[in-house]
Amino acid sequence: MGPIGLQHYLVLGAILFVLGVIGIVSRKNAVGILISIELMLNAANINLIAFSRYSNKPIFPTTMPEAAYMDGQVFAIFVIILAACEAAVALAIILNLFNMFGTIEVDDADTMRG
Amino acid sequence: MIDWKIAILVPILPALGFFIMLFFGGRMPRKGDWFATGIMGATLALSLSIFVHLFKQNSAYATILESTPWFNAAPGRPFLAGILVDNLSALMIVMISTISFLVHLFSIGYMHGDVRYHRFFTVLQLFTAAMLALVLADNFLTLYVAWEIMGLCSYLLIGHYFDKQSAANASLKAFMTTRIGDVLMFVGILIIFTQTGSFRFENVFSAVAAGTFTGNWQMWAGLLLFGGAMGKSAQFPLHIWLPDAMEGPTPVSALIHAATMVAAGVFLMARSYPMLTPEVFLVMAYVGGFTAIFAATIGIVMDDIKKVLAYSTISQLGYMMLGLGVGGFIFSGYTSGVYHLITHAFFKACLFLGSGSVIHAVHSQSMSQMGGLRRKLPITFATFIIATLALTGLPPFSGFFTKDSIIAGSIQLSGQNSAHILLPIFSVAAAALTSFYMFRLIILTFFGTPRDEAKYAHAHESPWTMALPLMILTALSIWPMGGHHDWFWFRNPVPLRSEVVSRYTPEGSILAVAHDKEQKAVFVETPQESHEHPEAASPRGLITAMKVVPIHEPEEEHAHHLAVIFSLCAFFLGLGGAYLTYSARKISAEAMARRFRPVYVLLLNKYYVDEFFQIAVIRPLMRLCGLAAWLDRWVVDGAVNATGRVTKVLSYIAGQFDRIIVDGAVNGVANSVAGVGRNLSRLQTGRVGNYLVFILAGVVFLGGFMFWMAVK
Amino acid sequence: MNIPCILTWIVFAPIIGMVAMALVPGERGNRWARWISLITAFVVFVLSTILLVNYYALAPELRGGFIGIKGVAFPDGAQSLYEQRVAWIGEYNIWYHVGVDGLGVLMLFLTGLLSLLAVFPAWNIAKAPRGYHMMYMLLITGMMGVFVALDLFLFYVFWEVMLLPMYFLIGIWGGPRKEYAAIKFFLYTFAGSVLMLLAIIVLYMKYHTFSIPELIAIAPFSDSLLTAHLLFWGFFIAFAIKVPMFPFHTWLPDAHVEAPTAISVILAGVLLKLGAYGILRVNFPMFPISTQTFIGIIALLGVISAIYGAMVAMAQTDFKKLVAYSSVSHMGLVMLGMAALNAEGLNGAVFQMFNHGISASMMFMIVGVVYERAHHREIARFGGIGLQMPRYLTLAIVAFFASLGLPGLCSFISEVMVFLGAFKSQSTAAVPQAFGWTFNMSYLTMAAAFALILGAAYLLYTMQRVYLGKLKPEYADFKDLNRLEYLQLVPLAVLALVLGIFPNLALNVFNGAMGSLLTLFPATGAATTANGVAAALAASAPAMGM
Repeated sequence: MGPIGLQHYLVLGAILFVLGVIGIVSRKNAVGILISIELMLNAANINLIAFSRYSNKPIFPTTMPEAAYMDGQVFAIFVIILAACEAAVALAIILNLFNMFGTIEVDDADTMRG
Repeated sequence: MIDWKIAILVPILPALGFFIMLFFGGRMPRKGDWFATGIMGATLALSLSIFVHLFKQNSAYATILESTPWFNAAPGRPFLAGILVDNLSALMIVMISTISFLVHLFSIGYMHGDVRYHRFFTVLQLFTAAMLALVLADNFLTLYVAWEIMGLCSYLLIGHYFDKQSAANASLKAFMTTRIGDVLMFVGILIIFTQTGSFRFENVFSAVAAGTFTGNWQMWAGLLLFGGAMGKSAQFPLHIWLPDAMEGPTPVSALIHAATMVAAGVFLMARSYPMLTPEVFLVMAYVGGFTAIFAATIGIVMDDIKKVLAYSTISQLGYMMLGLGVGGFIFSGYTSGVYHLITHAFFKACLFLGSGSVIHAVHSQSMSQMGGLRRKLPITFATFIIATLALTGLPPFSGFFTKDSIIAGSIQLSGQNSAHILLPIFSVAAAALTSFYMFRLIILTFFGTPRDEAKYAHAHESPWTMALPLMILTALSIWPMGGHHDWFWFRNPVPLRSEVVSRYTPEGSILAVAHDKEQKAVFVETPQESHEHPEAASPRGLITAMKVVPIHEPEEEHAHHLAVIFSLCAFFLGLGGAYLTYSARKISAEAMARRFRPVYVLLLNKYYVDEFFQIAVIRPLMRLCGLAAWLDRWVVDGAVNATGRVTKVLSYIAGQFDRIIVDGAVNGVANSVAGVGRNLSRLQTGRVGNYLVFILAGVVFLGGFMFWMAVK
Repeated sequence: MNIPCILTWIVFAPIIGMVAMALVPGERGNRWARWISLITAFVVFVLSTILLVNYYALAPELRGGFIGIKGVAFPDGAQSLYEQRVAWIGEYNIWYHVGVDGLGVLMLFLTGLLSLLAVFPAWNIAKAPRGYHMMYMLLITGMMGVFVALDLFLFYVFWEVMLLPMYFLIGIWGGPRKEYAAIKFFLYTFAGSVLMLLAIIVLYMKYHTFSIPELIAIAPFSDSLLTAHLLFWGFFIAFAIKVPMFPFHTWLPDAHVEAPTAISVILAGVLLKLGAYGILRVNFPMFPISTQTFIGIIALLGVISAIYGAMVAMAQTDFKKLVAYSSVSHMGLVMLGMAALNAEGLNGAVFQMFNHGISASMMFMIVGVVYERAHHREIARFGGIGLQMPRYLTLAIVAFFASLGLPGLCSFISEVMVFLGAFKSQSTAAVPQAFGWTFNMSYLTMAAAFALILGAAYLLYTMQRVYLGKLKPEYADFKDLNRLEYLQLVPLAVLALVLGIFPNLALNVFNGAMGSLLTLFPATGAATTANGVAAALAASAPAMGM
């Protein structure tokens, strides 16, 4: 077993992501799906941060080299903000879903079926 | 001085009478019968004065010829219509108006109480007008006009009792049979017009004389005219209508079907004499001779008194035609034919009116219901006997002279050419038969015991209006008008065919004939084929073998003596036969009928001529017409309908093509798109999970693809 | 009395009547329609009579013109009499151009007369009288228009205008198979008029004019005979269908049988004449060479129509169908007379057209009278009607005998002239060079004489079965003619009689014009017989007459 390196982070992210995917596909509860999405977003965040830490090449020219290593974290924060917004919208949808169908089981809401 | 152009009034008076009767007759007292009779009296007076006028001139050139434009074929090219009064027509108008007047008078009594009394007199007027116009016509067209109008009158009068089916049939038959002849005659007139450019007798005859109207056209024109005469004058085989025409009232039979209309054919041939060819004369002689004996044989078995007289009329018309036909070769023939027409008209009218009187008395036409009537109808009986003697040819009654003259002509002809031996045989045998059937009729009607007591008891002599005409006609039958006056001979147009004609001048009369005996050797032509085949049996050969002799030669004297002997023998033979059979009963008619049963049946059925026509002409024609109608329905119209149907099928196919192929292509695209969409829409489950699976699958696929690409 | 624009008045007066009918509102329109119809038809009749009288008043040399033919000039240098010429569609050289000559005057009079008399048989129609009479008015306009049009475009328009109301008159007011008959009539005639339209267009493409007189003067396509022949046949078939000529006749019996009496009268009396008129107005003068080339075929078809029509008539069981086929037969004689191409033949043909108008109309009215009472037309089921209706029988006798050409009635004169002309033209016409046939017109004419026998046969046989014999009990309550029926029949009977005795009254109207037409056919115009007798006689003794 060597020191913890980039690939460990990536494997963790992949596991998390796969778990999220499995959750999305298998969960019927809208909230569950939302949680699974969060899981996937966070898997992405882990990857972003891991790549940010292990990449030694600034991605844009700057006078502040340390700052140049920060961009991964910045993206991760964006993702978290997006996730928050998404959660807000998703919860609103779920509320409406519940209002209209009396349930938040997504399989019951199949009016879009062609 | 009287302008003799008033002769035009002769036909116009009865024509006016017709129109007045037609529109106002019904409102006149007694339905205008006396008015019509008065008109006829005036016409008779006028005719007589014209006749006397011409007779007094005692000249062959005495004619009244007057014409006026009738209608224009093209501007300035009118067809003329007019009158021609010469000896022939002068005599005819007197005969016609006399008989018509007497028949009018007779009908007042005979037709009394008839439902169509008014119509009867009206049509009688029209008929008389037409007949007078016919004999006065100066051209073939107006002659044909009058000819056809007479046909109409005959049709209407035969069908006078048209509520009787037999009368309706008879009128149809009469019109149609004569119509066949009429159309033949019409074609003949067309030929004449085409060849000579004119309808007028004078132009036609001068074209013949000038040699511009010759050859086959001339012959065919003559034959076709004779075809018309055969129809009208009831010559075999177109005689079938005349016996049936007896369905008409008896005065009509007397006027139309004995005296005048049926003689029109004879008149036509006499009128067109100068344009006839030897072939036509021969045909006339043989058809006439055959008709004479043919009809006479039927006459001996008929039971209906009018039918006997009808066949007698046919037979006598045959005599006339025989006379005229012989006249092409023998000088006396023309005159004897024409004068037999005149004498026959009087005594036959008398016979018919007499039979009318009998029928009026016993209300039956069947001789088997008569007998012994001489005591009840003395006047009728006396007149009937005299008229019969005239018909059968006992001197000094009129028929003797004319019939004897015809027989003499035929004997003379056969003396010249023994190939024509049949003609005297026909004529003499027919004379004997005539005598037989006429005395049979008299014996059965007037002698013996009444066979129907009820009818006999009811019988009574007719009123004076019926008796007077009988007596007048009897008187006219006694008068020996044998045509021995010079005046009657002048007009014989036979010599016209030779040099005399070439001396024709437009100013003179067309029928002007010099009394020139030497110039009558007309038909002695010697065409070459007759030298090659001297015994050729063709008509042409027969003609060339003949020579024409002048009148009053020993040969003719001889023929006349022979004829007198023969006809008197025939008369007594017939008289004796009838007496022995029907009065003395020495010969049983029934036994004879039994022994010669096939002949008897043949005669009784009139030689099956009617049946022959039915089978050979009418039925095939009707079938042909049916076929034509069938063709029209199924072939001609069928073609039209088939065109319609084919068009419909084609348009159906085109419609299908349009619907399936053209429109199908457009719709097909749309349909397949729709189908694909429909199928694909099944993917759209509406379940988010499914979508996510698809997304995932897509991602995996894309990822795999990119990976694969990258590896590659 | 000279009325300006008289032809236009004659043509369009019925339109005024039609509009008047349309303007009367509601049920009153139905009740007044027949009166308006009668008044209008009477006005048209009076106008056409005035035209005839005016025409008679002209000097004879002014009456001799034939439209488009040089030689005899019309007064005032016009192309026709009573001419009117107004630009209609100027850019295509289409004119409203109307005018008449002797032929047209007579035909207008016939149309006027029959239009008036044919109002009476339809006096009591129950079904939509207003519609009927409006269509009837339009029909009169169409017929009159064809007779006066001098511009081929106008001619065609009127030709079609006439077709349409006829279609409705048969199709709506007809008998049990009316739809079939109407459609057949329409399509058949229309097929013909398409050919005519094609020919008209070809003419226009080459000469840029529709004017009939101008085209006649040009003598179209005389340099290219094949084209001329084709155009000739284009026009001819269109007209022959209307005549109708064997084998184009089968629409006629159907149309007649289904049409109401009044329409049958118009159909037989006027419409059939339009075909023959068209041949005389267009075919003969415009294509004289083609005419002479094909004259033998026309004669042959005419004779076939005459005999064949008579034979088929003989076998009919339907009274009206019999009369219809007799029309085919009589119109065949018209064609034969035209094909003679000489004075007697042509004049006879035109006169026969007029006389057939009289006699056939009478026959149809006679049939109508009996149909009105018996409600069937089976000849075999009738019998003895003459006994019950003596006055009707008298008029029927006049009609029947006029139809079979009895002397003293009008048809006789025309038949004689037709036969004379056809028989005479033996040596010159009747050799269709195009086919190398040679047949003698005389023999053809003799064959046609057979039709005269057949004609008498079927007519009298019918007469016997319908009118004579024992009265059948079911007809014992028939009433004799009423006043309305007298009004239709008596004028025609009188006219038939008058023209039979004084045929010049009609012949003088058109024989000058026909003479002018004949100048186009010099070879046959002076037809001589084989041996030249006629010419010799005519030269030597013109005063002797004929």
